[in-house]
Amino acid sequence: MTSGTEAAVARPQEIRRGREVSTTPRSPSEGDSRRGPAGLDIVEISAWFGETQVLDDVSLSVPSATVTALIGPSGCGKSTFLRILNRMHESVPGAKMAGEVYLNGEDIYAPGHRPTDVRRQIGMVFQKPNPFPAMSIADNVVAGLALTNTKVSRSDRTDLVETCLTRAGLWNEVKDRLSRPGSVLSGGQQQRLCIARALAVQPKVLLMDEPCSALDPTSTRRVEETIAELRYDVTIVIVTHNMQQASRVSQQAAFFLAEQDTPGGIVECGPTTDMFSNPSDQRTADYVNGRFG
Amino acid sequence: MTSTIGAPSPLVPFKRKEPRLLLPGLDPSDRIFHGTARIIGMFVLVMTGAIGIFLGYQSIPTLHHYGFHFFTQTAWQPELDKIGIASVLVGTFEVALVAMTVAFPLALMLALFITDYAPKRVKSWLISAVDLMAAVPSIIYGLWGFYLLQPQAINLARWLSQYFGWFPLFHVDTDANAAVWQQSRYTSSAFIAGLAVSMMAIPLACAVMRAVFDQAPIGEREAAMALGATRFGVARTVVFPFAKGGIIGGTMLALGRALGETAAVLIIVSPDFQIKARILEAGTQTTSALIAGYFGDATKSQLSALLTAGFVLFLITLVVNTGAAVVIGRSRSGASTEI
Repeated sequence: MTSGTEAAVARPQEIRRGREVSTTPRSPSEGDSRRGPAGLDIVEISAWFGETQVLDDVSLSVPSATVTALIGPSGCGKSTFLRILNRMHESVPGAKMAGEVYLNGEDIYAPGHRPTDVRRQIGMVFQKPNPFPAMSIADNVVAGLALTNTKVSRSDRTDLVETCLTRAGLWNEVKDRLSRPGSVLSGGQQQRLCIARALAVQPKVLLMDEPCSALDPTSTRRVEETIAELRYDVTIVIVTHNMQQASRVSQQAAFFLAEQDTPGGIVECGPTTDMFSNPSDQRTADYVNGRFG
Repeated sequence: MTSTIGAPSPLVPFKRKEPRLLLPGLDPSDRIFHGTARIIGMFVLVMTGAIGIFLGYQSIPTLHHYGFHFFTQTAWQPELDKIGIASVLVGTFEVALVAMTVAFPLALMLALFITDYAPKRVKSWLISAVDLMAAVPSIIYGLWGFYLLQPQAINLARWLSQYFGWFPLFHVDTDANAAVWQQSRYTSSAFIAGLAVSMMAIPLACAVMRAVFDQAPIGEREAAMALGATRFGVARTVVFPFAKGGIIGGTMLALGRALGETAAVLIIVSPDFQIKARILEAGTQTTSALIAGYFGDATKSQLSALLTAGFVLFLITLVVNTGAAVVIGRSRSGASTEI
């Protein structure tokens, strides 16, 4: 299921245009430090599942240290777009893509960039909370370090667990039961544990795929608060079906739409306030006001 | 709990506090199917039970005659009234040990390759090939072991005894470094029989492991991948912990098979009734091979002794397989990952 296809992702545009572009940085570099947020420049992304094209020529610029919301009706390619940003897309059998994604001016799809290295820098939180049930809460937080063979001393590890859980807004609720399995937590707590786990590997960008759709309103509010606090440390791209959530948490938004029998694309993007109060496209206005989707 | 709004309707007679008896409203078709399935299920249980009772009943004269010595006596010499299964039990476990030592890592890696590494087309081919391995009659593995494997495997056996002969399991009572080495000291051993049996244990263990690996939740797999895990990292953090029950259970099922394997062992080993740890050395005997080998010209009392050996083997396999079933049944179904 997660097998065999990573190396086989076809890259039609790459073949057509050659790779000369990858050596010249296209975006102003945010400084090449190992930590801290970084911007993404997404250029002319197309995506296919088998023969079906789901995204066509999508470009978007995500500034560093901001929250960008991807909105749009179901099946318009938002999640696929998000999964292209950290090379999770290619783990699906039959998935193909074209285009470039620049992180700090470097194309993450360039030869020599391994998917595992890319995913360490661009973390992801999924729709359904997915802590490792066999691991304790503390082990869940530092699971990314074990998986990437990053050695940390015992005291650093304890500090890291506390820092990450605090940043994810979960520390006070779990500090007395760090050795209990992650599965004893409620859904909302599990989702914040997953955020803490993603933060522990110090990503430059954090992708969130409908992180609150499986949560109750209180948990949703806690996750939104967490997002608001995190955005100065890590660039966030969030897919959401909840218009209020998009307007609450994001500084910029992109409206995706796949019109009948055509691949998805961005209809409009810009500052979130403009998108909601004064959209330039009628379809955006209809969608954000709940007239379809 | 009383949370009705207003007074209850006069049509409601009274409120009972004890749990109510709910009658299952089965349709006639359901009832027929239910009954048939139950009869067939009971039939299997009765058959297994009847085999156990038959073997146990037939064992009474032997156990009465030899008592506990039946389990401590190494020789099988009915003419001297010396009959015991101490050496064959040791031989049985030695062959099973070799088989499982070889089969476990191979089955585990094969199952992981099929579920997590192999491209789709290779995957379906491999699954068919492993299923085919399970369908090959054991006598074929015996012939393969004797005519094809043994001439090669004795070189490995000699190498092991040359370099690891200080370890009791790998010691062989001959000069391993002799210029003209005694090949016949390395043939027909528990080691070679175990290698042949492992070929029969692999598909069984692999099938169970593969089924459980495939059920490892995709959400957890993706979580590990999104943290930058390699494929082996995903296997280590998600697949193996999830499949722990299946790995143990599949191994135990295969062990049950290895303990009872007859035809291949009968072809390969040369009977030897001493208790020895030297698995590379020629000669050993297993319980099932003993029964198969001596069954033909057994007298009435010898037959009873053979059936007693069979009863012991039956009990051992029953314990191993029940253990496997318990472990598999207890393993995580993935339910705890649901919200």
